[in-house]
Amino acid sequence: MKKTILAIIMLCLLTPFVLYAQDVSQLVEKVKAKIEQVKDYTASGKMKTNVSFLKVPVANVVIYFKKPNQLKIKNEKGISFVPKGTVSINLNNVLSSGSYTALDAGVDKVAGIPVRVVKLLPSDENADVVLSTLYIDEARQVILRSRTTTRDNGSYELEMSYAKYVSFGLPDKIIFSFNTKEYKLPKGMTFDFDDGSAVKQEAGKTKNKKGRAEITINSYSINKGLADDVFK
Amino acid sequence: MWKLLQIELYKIFRKPRTYIAFGAIAAFILLIQLALLANGKDYLQFGLGFLDDSFEIPYDKINNGYWICFLVLNLLLIHVPILVALVAGDIVSGEANMGTLRLLVSKPISRTQLVLAKFFAAVTYVIALLAWMALFALVLSIVLFGTGDVVVAKSMEMHQIEKVDVLWRYFAAFGFAALALILVASLSLLLSVLSDNSIGPIVGTVCIIIVCTLISEMQIPLYDKYLRPYLFTTYMLGWKGFFYIAVDGDGQTIRGSVENMPAILKSIGVIVTYTLVFVTASVMVFRKKDILS
Repeated sequence: MKKTILAIIMLCLLTPFVLYAQDVSQLVEKVKAKIEQVKDYTASGKMKTNVSFLKVPVANVVIYFKKPNQLKIKNEKGISFVPKGTVSINLNNVLSSGSYTALDAGVDKVAGIPVRVVKLLPSDENADVVLSTLYIDEARQVILRSRTTTRDNGSYELEMSYAKYVSFGLPDKIIFSFNTKEYKLPKGMTFDFDDGSAVKQEAGKTKNKKGRAEITINSYSINKGLADDVFK
Repeated sequence: MWKLLQIELYKIFRKPRTYIAFGAIAAFILLIQLALLANGKDYLQFGLGFLDDSFEIPYDKINNGYWICFLVLNLLLIHVPILVALVAGDIVSGEANMGTLRLLVSKPISRTQLVLAKFFAAVTYVIALLAWMALFALVLSIVLFGTGDVVVAKSMEMHQIEKVDVLWRYFAAFGFAALALILVASLSLLLSVLSDNSIGPIVGTVCIIIVCTLISEMQIPLYDKYLRPYLFTTYMLGWKGFFYIAVDGDGQTIRGSVENMPAILKSIGVIVTYTLVFVTASVMVFRKKDILS
């Protein structure tokens, strides 16, 4: 009798969690379904790179994507230092494998918009991604923010805002935060010009290992077909 | 004065040693261009490879004619003073050594005019040398590699200058380099006036520049505080200042800007002042010189 009562109590306690887990799994599936409408796209926009040791202009970039996970950012006219992890702006990378466990981590707000926080744990123990946290706008079924921790490449964060292409789950603006290595070259190699009057670098300024790339998309060309050559 | 200058130029360009500098510069630049045509990406990766983990670096795009010109100037402008000294150090003492100086000053021209004519002849040689360097380093590099954005690596940061914003910086940089090399020529002229043989002023100029450059670049706090600000070599790298671009509050580069224009103007001021001091001293010494050879 005691065992039966205990079992009933346990069932009552655990049932809401199981139901929530089902809820977030369904939510993630809906987001995934939205993203998967897009087989390929070409997007043009501007990229602002903000890294303590890089002084670069705003770049006109073209982003190419093709399913399942090919993504390339190109600056057709000039030079762009594209952060390595920007491939993660393709959310298919996170969701398309399907082999993960979705856990409900409550609710929060991103830019004033209420979101459901979902943690994705990959089933594959050897996967590079250790943990992804998604902040999902349940009303529009899009991801507003994602935080990814990788095994070898540090952690990075994406923040996205949506407008015209929300029906495809494609953002109009992406802010990508990432880790960089410390930059230092020997002065004997660079022969810097320094007459002593220059404002000295603030201590540790270039040791700031956080970088930021802000991509503002002007337009997307969706599902028009894309050759594999552009990703070479 | 014009006639005197023509005669001095004739004397400079008659000597085979004058062309050593032109040959050396052409050979050096061609070797760099050949190396970068073959292994440009490897060379860049050697310097910037440590950033490969964080960024996709378009090495092929960086390896363009504008960047190669910057690399050449970076490698070569430290050594060109030696080539300038080779000619300017010989300009007075060479004549003393050959015994033609006494004959020359016996002509109905003032000694001041004579020294100034020799100085302007050395200036012409410097400008010709830089024009030659520009032809190979800039024009030929553009022909061989095309144009593109310039990436300038400093010890603590990296600057990228857009293609459309580059060319005027080269004109400014070559102009600055001309001033710096004219300073070297004026130092050589002074040593040449003080000497009766060619080797002394040439070696003397080279030694002064090497020692001063070492002190300028060693980054020893004691030297940085008490010596560096007074050495002309500290300011000779000012041409690079045109390739250090300013950024806005957002960290993005501002087209047409220079990070530290006052430092460049200060360098120009110091270089011009030193040149005037050396030339004036040359004139004064030569006017009082007892010419026995």
